[in-house]
Amino acid sequence: MTALGLVRAVGIRLAAAVAVLFGAATVAFAALQLVPGNPVAVLLGPATTAPPAVREQIRVDFGFNRPVVTQYLIYLGHLARGDLGQSYQLQRPVSSLIGSQLGSTAQLALAAIGLAVVIAVMSAVATAGRPRLTAIASTWELVAVSTPSFWLGIVLLTFFSFRWRIFPVAGSQSFSSLVLPALTLALPIAGVLAQVLREGLEAALDQPFVVTARARGLSRTAVRLRHALRHAAVSLVTLAGWLTGTLLGGAVLVEVVFARPGIGALTLQAVSNKDMPVVIGVVLLSAGVFVVLSTLVDLAYLAIDPRLRKG
Amino acid sequence: MVPRPANQEALTFPAEPLLVVDGLDVTFAADPRSVPAVRDVSFRLDRGRCLALVGESGSGKSVTARTLVGLTGGRSTVTARRLAFAGEDLTAFTEPRWRTLRGRRIGLVLQDALVSLDPLRTVGAEIAETLRTHRVVPRAGLEARTLSLLTEVGVPEPEQRARQYPHQLSGGLRQRALIASAIAAGPDLVLADEPTTALDVTVQAQVLDLLRRRKQDGAALLLISHDLAVVGGLADDIAVMYAGRIVEEGPAAQVLGDPRHPYTRALLDAVPVTHAKGARLAPAAVRHPAPTPSGCPYAGRCPRSDLRCRDQLPERVVIPTRPDVAAAEPGVADGRPTVGTGHAALCWYPTVDAPAVLDAVDDRPASGAGPGVGRPVTAAALLEVDGISKRFRSPDGTSRAAVRDVSLRLHPGETLGIVGESGSGKTTVARIVLGLLEPDGGTVRFAGRPWGGSGVREPDRRGRRRHIQAIYQDPLGSFDPRYRVERIIGEAAATAGVTRAGRGARVAELLEQVGLSADLMGRRPLELSGGQRQRVAIARALAPGPDLIVCDEPVSALDVSVQAQILDLLAGLQSELGVALLFISHDLGVIHHVSDRIVVMKDGAVVETGEVAQVFAHPAAGYTRELLAAVPRPVGGRTAPPDRGASTRVVVTTPPAP
Ligand SMILES: Nc1ncnc2c1ncn2[C@@H]1O[C@H](COP(=O)(O)OP(=O)(O)OP(=O)(O)O)[C@@H](O)[C@H]1O
Ligand code: SF4
Ligand SMILES: [Mg+2]
Repeated sequence: MTALGLVRAVGIRLAAAVAVLFGAATVAFAALQLVPGNPVAVLLGPATTAPPAVREQIRVDFGFNRPVVTQYLIYLGHLARGDLGQSYQLQRPVSSLIGSQLGSTAQLALAAIGLAVVIAVMSAVATAGRPRLTAIASTWELVAVSTPSFWLGIVLLTFFSFRWRIFPVAGSQSFSSLVLPALTLALPIAGVLAQVLREGLEAALDQPFVVTARARGLSRTAVRLRHALRHAAVSLVTLAGWLTGTLLGGAVLVEVVFARPGIGALTLQAVSNKDMPVVIGVVLLSAGVFVVLSTLVDLAYLAIDPRLRKG
Repeated sequence: MVPRPANQEALTFPAEPLLVVDGLDVTFAADPRSVPAVRDVSFRLDRGRCLALVGESGSGKSVTARTLVGLTGGRSTVTARRLAFAGEDLTAFTEPRWRTLRGRRIGLVLQDALVSLDPLRTVGAEIAETLRTHRVVPRAGLEARTLSLLTEVGVPEPEQRARQYPHQLSGGLRQRALIASAIAAGPDLVLADEPTTALDVTVQAQVLDLLRRRKQDGAALLLISHDLAVVGGLADDIAVMYAGRIVEEGPAAQVLGDPRHPYTRALLDAVPVTHAKGARLAPAAVRHPAPTPSGCPYAGRCPRSDLRCRDQLPERVVIPTRPDVAAAEPGVADGRPTVGTGHAALCWYPTVDAPAVLDAVDDRPASGAGPGVGRPVTAAALLEVDGISKRFRSPDGTSRAAVRDVSLRLHPGETLGIVGESGSGKTTVARIVLGLLEPDGGTVRFAGRPWGGSGVREPDRRGRRRHIQAIYQDPLGSFDPRYRVERIIGEAAATAGVTRAGRGARVAELLEQVGLSADLMGRRPLELSGGQRQRVAIARALAPGPDLIVCDEPVSALDVSVQAQILDLLAGLQSELGVALLFISHDLGVIHHVSDRIVVMKDGAVVETGEVAQVFAHPAAGYTRELLAAVPRPVGGRTAPPDRGASTRVVVTTPPAP
């Protein structure tokens, strides 16, 4: 790829990212407008008793006494400076609230997606093109996909923590406390990924280059791992990227069930307390995660398939 | 050559050749009613020799080759009286044993390197895989060995090429890389399945040369092709397959110079290079009742078939060597036939006198039209292309001339052939003539009015577009896969003003014109064979009543028998309808057969043009001479049969077919 081409590709990517974030911010702003009642009270939330001076400060900061367009521009101006505002209920800036919880959730999400990919690859590689094994594997995959994750979490907790005491019940201190939550999130995803991966593998194994590879003396397994897997990886990556995006939502339930701190727990708390600044912050975070993931997926395509690299 | 009964084969162990195949049967479980893909196939092949398996698509060539590396595929059942490589019984092989053989001692080269090499891995990695799997060289020496292999197969700039992906290489380089990966571990036996199909003639000659060198270095070579002409120069022996059986076999010179089986003769007649324009290639369609399962498999198509042919499988008949033919070919002077029984044919009537139907069609014009049809007409030119040029921008910003100052004239009812290797700009010219691409400079006039070049606007052209139609190499790509044949042709007919009500009748008429039954109207493109699809494409091109059809490699994807039928069809339609053809092909044989005049292109420019006979007989440009020299021809060709009907027939008993 030429330098010029690279600059253009990056430029297009950045513009798209800005557009997505801008869209999310606008939707959040519109939602805030639509909530009935005094906007200052909405921002403060029902549970606070702020003195009038604070209320006046908010009114000025957000321009609530000025036309909606001006309010919107002020709001965008804050965001552009990276200022997500203040949670008046928790008495902390939203960015530091999110920052303090992000690590734990990212750890959980990455562990879950990593685990899911490993399980899916093992299940698919071992069974692709083998009808009898496929029947067995698709059974567990179907069960995994259709089990609600909070229920799965409770079942895992019941056996591994309460009955056998292998893993801790709650918390996020040790590595072992990560295992059950990650598994809970990973299993349904692994089920979907395995199905898609198996289909991709079977399509790849029908290609003539597989005969060539085996005619070189490669074993069946080597052909799967060295040739077919990479072909199937394109659909795997697409889906894995998308599913990672949904993990943020999944984290809400799992973090509650396992009493883990994290964005999920923060979101749940903010929503139930009507802490609007935090809710808006989480919406923007999701949009950001989406942008990052789709960029990573596109980069992964280029790494996997040289035919997509132009020039 | 004294034929031996098959069951004594095992006793001759010390002299046993490298590869012995005796009574091989392969059946696929997928369709239990289907006939076996390979039936009672026997041959032997020794080091330093080349056996060619020739036959049309589906005759079982590839299945035979894949069986020899234990990769028959599907759910297949393989049985054989003897299947031995270097004295080892392959029928008893387990998967781990096969793995020690594959790549190391038997190399397999598949057709079409674009799909036979892993598109996601570099060419170097693919070649190194063979070396690594069999630990041929230590890990540190892998790269150096890969590069030396690439050099050996004639790939220039090996360091750079090794890092490239298959799609970045030209067809010829790709095929060489594939061959390099197959021969990397120095196998004793190389199986080459259609290694040159889809390559243009010069590249084809180079690849065949490469295989010839392997043979000279002592490897045994099993060469598979649907084209007898291709194998002629390389094979010591030829086995012609039809419907899973070897129907004729023997030393190459004997099979090519004195073909006895009607199918072999039909294959040779289908080689366009040996015929001038106007001669039919395919025998007139012979429609006999299908043979009974126990009868001769060719009986349904054979002009000679009678009741006995339909009911009884013919015996293998040994054909006495014709001394004049044998002397003409030094390749068999050492007299070591490897197929086993010398020249033999599986036919009840393997006499030399050609069956009446074949003789009659051989040099008959393609249709009932009188002489002079298809000659250039001295009327005004239909298509005038003057000095057109076209450049394309590469992604890195540089630009490349695809067409440079090309001028052409095409008269009504005439065929102008454009020939040149891949990348010479043929298709770009076609797209400009079709008005799909604007030239950077120069003009195109059609039927006396401006058609392409500066100042021509699309609205001017739209109403006239129906007068120029196109046929492409891959009709699938230009059909909407969801539409049925009726709609595909019907929509084209509509542009000529055929009313909705009249469409069905018109489509049926067009289908009949291209030799298809109206029953096919309800089919979708994917449900048609390659030949049928190309006929539908022709019907669609004819539907608007064009004056000019641009044919871009219309037969390159077809096997030679189907190719012959399509070429005959085009010739017939041309003399019937008086349509002009601009015929593009990389295949000189095809071009020679269809054209009145030809244009030879190289690197975007015209290097020679003239009457076809003139150019072929006295090529003026050096490049044309090079191209002509690379055309494979059946060695010896068809010589006139000397002693009609006087051949002695020796009947050898073969074990009964299972
Ligand atoms: N895996 C498979 N399962 C079922 N049938 C098969 C399979 N492979 C090949 N066949 C059938 O075996 C027959 C012989 O096929 P084969 O590929 O050997 O033909 P071929 O002579 O190589 O033709 P081509 O010139 O088109 O390559 C065909 O009827 C084909 O449909
Ligand atoms: S046996 Fe009969 S049908 Fe078969 S090829 Fe010979 S003449 Fe034709
Ligand atoms: Mg084949």
